[in-house]
Amino acid sequence: MSSYEARFKVWRGDVAGGGLEDFGIEVNDGEVVLDIIHRIQATQAPDLAVRWNCKAGKCGSCSAEINGRPRLLCMTRMSVFMREETITVTPLRAFPVIRDLVTDVGFNYAKAREVPAFVPPDGLGPGEYRMMQEDVDRSQEFRKCIECFLCQDTCHVVRDHEENKTAFAGPRFLMRVAELDMHPLDAAEESGLDRKKTAQDEHGLGYCNITKCCTEVCPESIKITDNALIPLKERAVDRKYDPLVWLGSKIRRRPSGPA
Amino acid sequence: MKSGGVRNGTRAAITAPHLRTDRWWLAPAMTAAGLLAFVVYSTWRAFSNTDYYAAPYVSPFYSPCLAENCEPMRNGPNWEVFGSWWGLSPALIVLIFPLGFRLTCYYYRKAYYRGFWASPPACAVAEPHKKYSGETRFPLILQNIHRYFFYAAVPVAGILTYDTVLSFRDEHYAWGHMGLGTLVFVVNIVLIWAYTLSCHSCRHIIGGKLKHFSKHPVRYRAWQLVGRLNDRHMLLAWASLVSVALADFYVYLVASGAFDDPTFF
Repeated sequence: MSSYEARFKVWRGDVAGGGLEDFGIEVNDGEVVLDIIHRIQATQAPDLAVRWNCKAGKCGSCSAEINGRPRLLCMTRMSVFMREETITVTPLRAFPVIRDLVTDVGFNYAKAREVPAFVPPDGLGPGEYRMMQEDVDRSQEFRKCIECFLCQDTCHVVRDHEENKTAFAGPRFLMRVAELDMHPLDAAEESGLDRKKTAQDEHGLGYCNITKCCTEVCPESIKITDNALIPLKERAVDRKYDPLVWLGSKIRRRPSGPA
Repeated sequence: MKSGGVRNGTRAAITAPHLRTDRWWLAPAMTAAGLLAFVVYSTWRAFSNTDYYAAPYVSPFYSPCLAENCEPMRNGPNWEVFGSWWGLSPALIVLIFPLGFRLTCYYYRKAYYRGFWASPPACAVAEPHKKYSGETRFPLILQNIHRYFFYAAVPVAGILTYDTVLSFRDEHYAWGHMGLGTLVFVVNIVLIWAYTLSCHSCRHIIGGKLKHFSKHPVRYRAWQLVGRLNDRHMLLAWASLVSVALADFYVYLVASGAFDDPTFF
C-alpha cells in the first residue's frame, strides 16, 4: 500500500464568516475524500463539522463541493486527483451554512411538502394495487433518488438567485411531480388536481432552462432532465400551449387525461 | 430573502464565484464557436441566392424552393407558391422552419444558454446576471412552441428525402446514377431524420404523454425506439448541423464550377 501527503483546503466557519483552512494530510490507496476529512477531524481539527452517515453513496448526507463541483464526499475517490493537486472542500454553496461543511438544507424539505402526495385510486384498498412493469418503469427511475440535494445545489436558478427560491421547487421536486404524474395509479386528475398545470403554475417549471447540471451531478445517474423535466415541460405544453390537444379533448368529449 | 447568489449573506463566505479547477470554459467556448461558425456560413449562403442548384443536386438550404425567382429544377421541389413578388433569396422562406426547430430544440437551448448567455456558463460556475426568470416570460416562454416546429420539420425532412431520391440521376436527369454528391445527400438525410425523430417533443407525442404504456403496446415500442435515438440527441444535433452545411457546400462547389461531381456509376 502506498501513501502520500496531500494538500487540502477545507472551508471552516459559520454564518458569521469563515474561510479556507490549509491542511497537509496522509492519503492511502483506495481512500475517498470523506476518509481524508475524517482523518483531518481525528488528527488535526477535532471540531470540524461534517455530515455523513452510510459512506456508501446511499444516504445522501455527505454532499459538499470538491474543487468547486457538487459531489458526495464518500463517492469521490482520491485517485481521481493528481497527487500534487490541492483539493478544496467547501459546503454546498446554494444553502445557508450552519458550520464548516454542514449546511441547512431545510429549503428542500419545505419544497417537498409543497408537492401534493400520491392520490389513491377509488375502489382499491391496500394490497389491491396492480401495475404493469412498463407502466412503472419511468417512476421507478426517479425513486432511485437518495435526496443528496446535489441537483438542487447546482441548479443555477436558486444557486445564483436566492430570490427564486420562493417560486422554484428545483429539479428534485419537479422530478417528484413528474414521478407522480407518470404513476399509473395516481388519481390526482380525477380528484381535480392537474399536476401538469401546477408543475408550471405552482412549482416554477418555467424557470428551468434545461442546462442539465442536475443530470451531470446526480450520483444515482438519474436522467433528471431528459426523463423528468423535459417530459414534464411537454406535459405542461399539452395543457397550456397546445390548442390542438385542447381541441382534441373537447371533440372526444373527455378530459385530456390518462390514456 | 435577499439576492446575491453564492455570495448571499447566509451562505458560506467564499468570495470566488466558483472554485472549479478544470477547464470548465472549454465546452461552452467550443459550442459557441461551432454555432457561430454555422450561423455565419448559413447566413452567407441563405442570402447569396446563387450557386444552389447543379443538376441533379439542390442545396438543402433552398429546398423546397417556393418563389418564382427559383432556378428551374426538373421534377424538383420548386413550387411558385410565393409568386413573383418575392424578390429576396427563396432560402429565407423555408429556412425559418428548420431554424425555428433547432432554435427551440431542448439540446440547442442548453447549448446557447450556456455558450452565449452564460446562464450558467458551466455547472456550479456563477452566472453574471443579476436577475433570472428563465422561460417564464416573453420571449423565452415561446420555447414552448417547439412541437410546432417539429411538426413543420417533418415535411421539410420529407422534401429533403425526395431531393435525395432525385440525386440518383445524372446531370442530364437520367435515372440510375450515383455520384459523390448522392452519397453526401444520403448521409445528410439519414442524419436529418435521426435528429428530427430523436427530438424530445417527438418522444412525447409518440408515447411519452401516455400514462399507461401497457394499454398502447405499439406506441410503447415506438417510444422506446425514439428514446434510444433521444439518448444521442446532442450528437445527432451536431452531426446533422455539420452534414447539412457540408451538403450545401458541396452543391455550392459543383454549381460554381469549382469542383466536378465524381460519378460512381
